[in-house]
Amino acid sequence: MNKRHMILGSVAIAAATALTPALAQKKYDSGASDTEIKIGQTMPYSGPASAYGTIGKIEAAYFRQLNDQGGINGRKINFISLDDGYSPPKTVEMVRKLVEQEEVLLLMGTLGTPPNSAIHKYVNSKKVPHLLLSTGASKWNDPKGHPWTLGFNPSYSSEGRLYAQEILRTKPNAKIAVLFQNDDYGKDYLNGFKDGLGDKAKSMIVAEASYEVSDPTVDSQIVTLKGSGADTFFNVTTPKFAAQAIRKADDIGWKPTHYLNNVSASVGSVLKPAGLEKSVGLVSMVYIKEGNDKRWDNDPAMMDFKALIKKYAPEVSPDDGNATNGYAIASLMAHILRLAGDNLTRENIMKVATSLKDYQIPMALPGVLASTSADDFALFQTMQLARFDGTMWVPFGKPQSVR
Amino acid sequence: MTLLKTTDGSPAQQLPWLQIVVVMVAACALPFFLSNYHVFQASMVLSTAIALVGLNILTGYSGQISLGHGAFLAIGAYTTAILMDKFDVPYWATIPVAGLVCLIAGFLFGLPALKLEGHYLALATFALAVALPQLLKFRHLESWTGGVQGIVILKPDPPITSLLGLTLNSDRWLYFVALFVTVAMYWFAWNLLRGRIGRALIAIRDQPTAAALMGIDTSLYKSLAFGVSALFTGVAGSLSAILVAFVAPDSFTVFLSITLMVGMVVGGLTSLAGALYGAAFVQFVPNLADQISKAAPWAIFGTLLIVLMIVLPGGISGGLNLLWSKLGRRSVSV
Amino acid sequence: METFIHQVVAGIATGGVYASLALALVMIYQSTHHINFAQGEIAMFATYLAWTLINAGLPYWVAFFGTVILAFSLGVLIQRVIIRPVENAPVLNVVVVFIGLLVILNSMAGWIFTYTIKAFPSPFPKEPPFGLSFISSHELGSIGVTLVLLVMLYSFFRFTPLGLAMRAAAQNPVSSRLVGIRVGWMLALGWGLAAVLGSIAGMMIAPVVFLEPNMMSGVLLYAFAAALVGGIDSPGGAVLGGFLVGILENLLGAYVIGTELKLSVALVLIVTVLTIRPAGLFGKVIVTRV
Repeated sequence: MNKRHMILGSVAIAAATALTPALAQKKYDSGASDTEIKIGQTMPYSGPASAYGTIGKIEAAYFRQLNDQGGINGRKINFISLDDGYSPPKTVEMVRKLVEQEEVLLLMGTLGTPPNSAIHKYVNSKKVPHLLLSTGASKWNDPKGHPWTLGFNPSYSSEGRLYAQEILRTKPNAKIAVLFQNDDYGKDYLNGFKDGLGDKAKSMIVAEASYEVSDPTVDSQIVTLKGSGADTFFNVTTPKFAAQAIRKADDIGWKPTHYLNNVSASVGSVLKPAGLEKSVGLVSMVYIKEGNDKRWDNDPAMMDFKALIKKYAPEVSPDDGNATNGYAIASLMAHILRLAGDNLTRENIMKVATSLKDYQIPMALPGVLASTSADDFALFQTMQLARFDGTMWVPFGKPQSVR
Repeated sequence: MTLLKTTDGSPAQQLPWLQIVVVMVAACALPFFLSNYHVFQASMVLSTAIALVGLNILTGYSGQISLGHGAFLAIGAYTTAILMDKFDVPYWATIPVAGLVCLIAGFLFGLPALKLEGHYLALATFALAVALPQLLKFRHLESWTGGVQGIVILKPDPPITSLLGLTLNSDRWLYFVALFVTVAMYWFAWNLLRGRIGRALIAIRDQPTAAALMGIDTSLYKSLAFGVSALFTGVAGSLSAILVAFVAPDSFTVFLSITLMVGMVVGGLTSLAGALYGAAFVQFVPNLADQISKAAPWAIFGTLLIVLMIVLPGGISGGLNLLWSKLGRRSVSV
Repeated sequence: METFIHQVVAGIATGGVYASLALALVMIYQSTHHINFAQGEIAMFATYLAWTLINAGLPYWVAFFGTVILAFSLGVLIQRVIIRPVENAPVLNVVVVFIGLLVILNSMAGWIFTYTIKAFPSPFPKEPPFGLSFISSHELGSIGVTLVLLVMLYSFFRFTPLGLAMRAAAQNPVSSRLVGIRVGWMLALGWGLAAVLGSIAGMMIAPVVFLEPNMMSGVLLYAFAAALVGGIDSPGGAVLGGFLVGILENLLGAYVIGTELKLSVALVLIVTVLTIRPAGLFGKVIVTRV
């Protein structure tokens, strides 16, 4: 073969290689390979917040199903979810194990504000994607300070602001009573709510009562709030206490305009035990589909979800709000990973996760779109108010943009 | 090493030097053979061990029950966090301050509380453990404590990055800090307990009426014991705050206090070495249980606790002592 | 004024919850001289058994008595298998065993029944009694049940030979054996009865607080405090203590210190009461002679 042929041949090969799509170039960081993607998570499977463990259970089931169907781009998901009992020191220990020993590619859906606060600096210094946190604290939206952290839940304080604005719009002379859980989640909502009311906060809020997670009931607080003469009630409680509050308010004949935080808006896990008739008229914000909502009986995502539960997690009820929440998170994660293709570096994952454009998560309500950008990591830009009619949450008004 | 007991129960005045040297050499070499994550875990075990020594001084030697020592972990941790965060005090200086604050707090709590006996004291300490997180979240103290959000601390960097050719990163450095503090606290405990105070405490525990008759001011000594045990726990809390680099009310639940007590009993009452065994137990066994059963790991932990109590009533150190004596050694208790 | 009465009544209602569990604690104490930290979890687990029976279609009262029998067996079983081996161990070892039991039951309940809250039916009518708005029929009814149990418990220990035998077995096992009392079975019986009391408490509490594995953890602290304030060996004291704690907690939260500190202040007050009257309000003071 003469030199000319060789040069031509080389040029041809070079051109062919250059024109071949990047499919040929696989890039991995630790935790990713040709056959698997390792995802780490901490969840409170024990302790006071163990009710949220269902989220992790469903996420694990989702990935198991995904693996049985072939995985993502041919790779199986190795989902390692560890119990931290909602205790920050334990979270630190478990996350260090995941990052340093298991060498996961990324963290997904770690739950709780204090647990996440404990590892916030660490994961950012280690440059590990800290994605889809199951908490609505506003501090996760900090692209400049913490570029590796991206939360999932709509911001609690934005939601509080939403209700405040609604009250100012519909009932500017309302006398408001607030019941809140005495921790970061409750205070986040309360502060956002007061922010939204602005100067009128002091005059409109006539009573505030808090409770601890260790309290058996909130009955006494409800009695106090009723006694304040308030005609509007902002209820920032987790499921068990929300059910108690709804029931007690009804029992003692207190019928205020009742705003319920999204965390406890599940029909199956909260309103049904409390009593559906007692929950009529409740106002909340909704963004995820619910299992008992007849509208979604033939919805592909809902049908897949129900089949998933039946096969992989039969002890979980499809009406459990935590379950659909977990399904939504896992499916978004799968979507991000699919988009990342063969470039499974942590940097690329972050790039994909922070450039979502109006993505409709299948389990989210139609119109609730996920969008992120380089300077705004909040997934949900709009929130939809809804009112409970005795069977389901009926949206009213337009989705409102929130910051 | 209990360093305290020979087979007839009398306080031993000598240290088993050989055993100590071996252990210390192993302890110093450890961080260079383990991954950073395991070094971190080891440091946490050391910190817990200090707390258990403190609890042992109170319960094992002085016979007072406390279900609320988590509160002193919290006070120590928060002292460190506030000093580091608000006043830029270097981390190592906060440790003795935390201990001192807890000494005073423990003594003040002990004065009225120790009029109670048995179950009533248990309730009082339990109440302390339950009430403290609420106080930490109290809105008027928020500017100090960070309220529900807690306080994030910067993890200290090692002052020297290599020692004898071995690299010293942050984890290893903190491990050595923890080791140093642990050794110091053990030495302090040993001196305290083998002296007059120790004998007074044992007398009060075993024969309170006789002790009083002999002129021992039982209330004073009991409150002192409480204060000293709080000091130890406060130092432990301070260390743990530096290691975890974060404090929040949620880190100090009632369950933590119960875990401490369980660790002490499992390790072995009146055994300083038992504190190490107990600390390792509560640090690692829940993780192991989680690997055995994802469904109900705590059920495994609970079963293990019960089995241990039935099979080894003297805790792990008691069991080891039995083993030693069966092997025919002279019992300087371990 | 109306709110004040309301708060007091609400306090009595919550207090009833504490009182019923406190009774179970007193029961176990009087028969074994131990305070069983796992009592709340036994009650919770028994309530789940009741829930399972009701869900299987049994009518309420059949499930109720079925649960009582199951709870009794569970209590006896626990005593024979788990507690008996550590009977003569130091107090702290027994406490650790209780903790182990607590953790096992809690974990098993979470695993078998999941952590989602469940509604539990009440045998009492839904309409409020006599049209009153500040107490529900259920709350009134459960207070009634607690009082009935109190009377039964008191009479049992005071007036029946079996109750006397049980008290003797707890206080002085050696002498009791000498007079022919089967101490081992007395202890088992004590555990069984305490489990029964706990299960009834659980079935009364669950309709109010909703059934979930952590249902009793908050209640246990207050029940413990109530039992000690009232006097750990006095059933009547424990019940009264329960009501007092409930009312105190409510009034403190509503009028004195606000809800953010009411737990701390309530506990401080309780401990203060105990320093003034170390054996509780109605307990017997034990004097040791040298």
